[in-house]
Amino acid sequence: MRYVYCLLILLLSSMPAVRAQGELEIIIDTGVENTLPIAVIPFGWNGAAGEQPIDLHRTIANNLSRSGRFATMDENEMPQRPVEFAHVNFSDWQLLRMENIVIGNLKQTQAGDYEIEFRLLDVYKANQLTGFRIKAKRRQLRRIAHRISDIIFEKLTGVRGAFDTRIAYVTVKQDQAGQDRHSLQIADADGFNPQVLLESDQALMSPAWSPDGKRLAYVSFEGDSSSVFVQDIRTGRREEVAAHEGINSAPAFSPDGGRLAMTLSKDGNPEIYVLHLAGNSLQRITRHRAIDTEPNWSPDGSRLVFTSDRGGTPQIYEVGLQGGAPRRLTFDGSYFARPRHSPDGAGITMVYGSNGAYRIAYLDTGNGSLSVLTNNRLDESPSFSPNGSMIIYATNGRYGSELAAVSADGKVRQRLALQDGEVREPAWGPFPAD
Amino acid sequence: MINKFLLLLFLGLFVTACTTTPEQEQRPDVVDKTGTAEMADDDAGAAETGSEAQAFGAEGDQEAALQELDNPESPLSVRIIYFDYDSSTVLAQFEEIIQAHAGFLQANPGVVTTLEGHADERGSREYNLALGERRALAVKQQLVVLGASPDQVRTVSYGEERPADPGHDEQAWSLNRRVEFVY
Repeated sequence: MRYVYCLLILLLSSMPAVRAQGELEIIIDTGVENTLPIAVIPFGWNGAAGEQPIDLHRTIANNLSRSGRFATMDENEMPQRPVEFAHVNFSDWQLLRMENIVIGNLKQTQAGDYEIEFRLLDVYKANQLTGFRIKAKRRQLRRIAHRISDIIFEKLTGVRGAFDTRIAYVTVKQDQAGQDRHSLQIADADGFNPQVLLESDQALMSPAWSPDGKRLAYVSFEGDSSSVFVQDIRTGRREEVAAHEGINSAPAFSPDGGRLAMTLSKDGNPEIYVLHLAGNSLQRITRHRAIDTEPNWSPDGSRLVFTSDRGGTPQIYEVGLQGGAPRRLTFDGSYFARPRHSPDGAGITMVYGSNGAYRIAYLDTGNGSLSVLTNNRLDESPSFSPNGSMIIYATNGRYGSELAAVSADGKVRQRLALQDGEVREPAWGPFPAD
Repeated sequence: MINKFLLLLFLGLFVTACTTTPEQEQRPDVVDKTGTAEMADDDAGAAETGSEAQAFGAEGDQEAALQELDNPESPLSVRIIYFDYDSSTVLAQFEEIIQAHAGFLQANPGVVTTLEGHADERGSREYNLALGERRALAVKQQLVVLGASPDQVRTVSYGEERPADPGHDEQAWSLNRRVEFVY
């Protein structure tokens, strides 16, 4: 019987055709050290047989694996599949050196809603670290799995989880007439539940979240040249906020949400400006005949980092909002671009070009050390998760640009196989409002 | 490479053949300049007599100029300037072409061209958007130095968003680092 079961699992896992759209493909590229072993045991199901709406444990285990902080146990290697605390045989799990296990149950209520219970257990102490009962509608179940992942992550690492967050990105697909169709979309952080916010036959670029997660700024070429828009995600209402002569691009919301840093070339060449959204007034930040672009705010809102080739090659600079001479931050290389601060302000992720390869790197601005996190040839557009534990970026894959994520220490990389066609410029959204 | 160049030449010719807008836009201008006060006063009669010859002469000038674009042996038929990696320096091999376009613009002050700047896909998209603009501006500057009016030359950058070749190798990239003349 056990063999039959294993065979079935093997068959299922070797059938790529049945992969649902948006399903995540996790590729662990490098040796994983210092990860916490955890077993997320398949949840029990009280409801009509075969009609379980979601494999909660699988979503949770995927989340934990791809964070790079956990080594999740393969379902086939589990010595038992308890649903209730009383049935857990802790000595079995201790023998396997499984420090923590997660058990739970999903129940359909008479009203057609759902009730989820889960417990995070410490195997060596044989006790419960945390546990919750949650009521939910069917459409909320994925989000519940992300919230459970967040609770587990925070309990065991001390860091707030960022699984219950969203990403924005741009897709490009050819329609039947062979014309490119560009669309701006948002999805759950693991790529599920994509929603289209805007479609265009012209290029879309540089989505950027407002700090409250309610608006997106982006660049659209719908007027045949670049202009900056801000769109309300819920209502879809949008406003063109910059359409000057030349380039209007690279929008970045200030941490207080009231200002938009951007690149404008209306005065002759690309310079960094700050647009005060309330009064619609522009504050010029840089003044140099070189390219200055890709501004990003420091978490405290006092400074901007940006890309400039004023030194002959693109490098990262930092400037105070009150002006003053920009300070160069990168030195050991001939191509550094598109900086993004880590949420704790301790460092910057950026595109690093070296020997013809463009990779995602992290610069510790405290000690100046540079770590290269990815190993492809055409990686770009890095964006930190709001808890700083992961970076999502675009990489060149089978169908052109696709999304990938890497743990902030570079140890775990994975691809987000969202759909056919190109997927570009991921931007990781903020924590959800409480 | 030679084949691609020929293909581009051919495409340039095709585009030229399809481009009638500048001629149409310019026609009133040309008529105004060549028309005499007498012709302006006598509208119907002028069209049939002296003014016809005048008008024909003006249109003839314009046609001659546009035919020069059609000539594959003319440097004007080359509408794309290529650049080195991360550079907006106009290479010496394209100077003759820019000179020809500058001469054409100078001879046809009513004609406006748009320079579309592009970059290859490597590196960041926003930096490439800026790079595309700088390439277009570098070509514009030369056109103006060589006699075109700044008002005759518009620039727009598409960065890496509109590659001429969708490939991911140096062959494709070298075709994508470009400025296109659009008349």
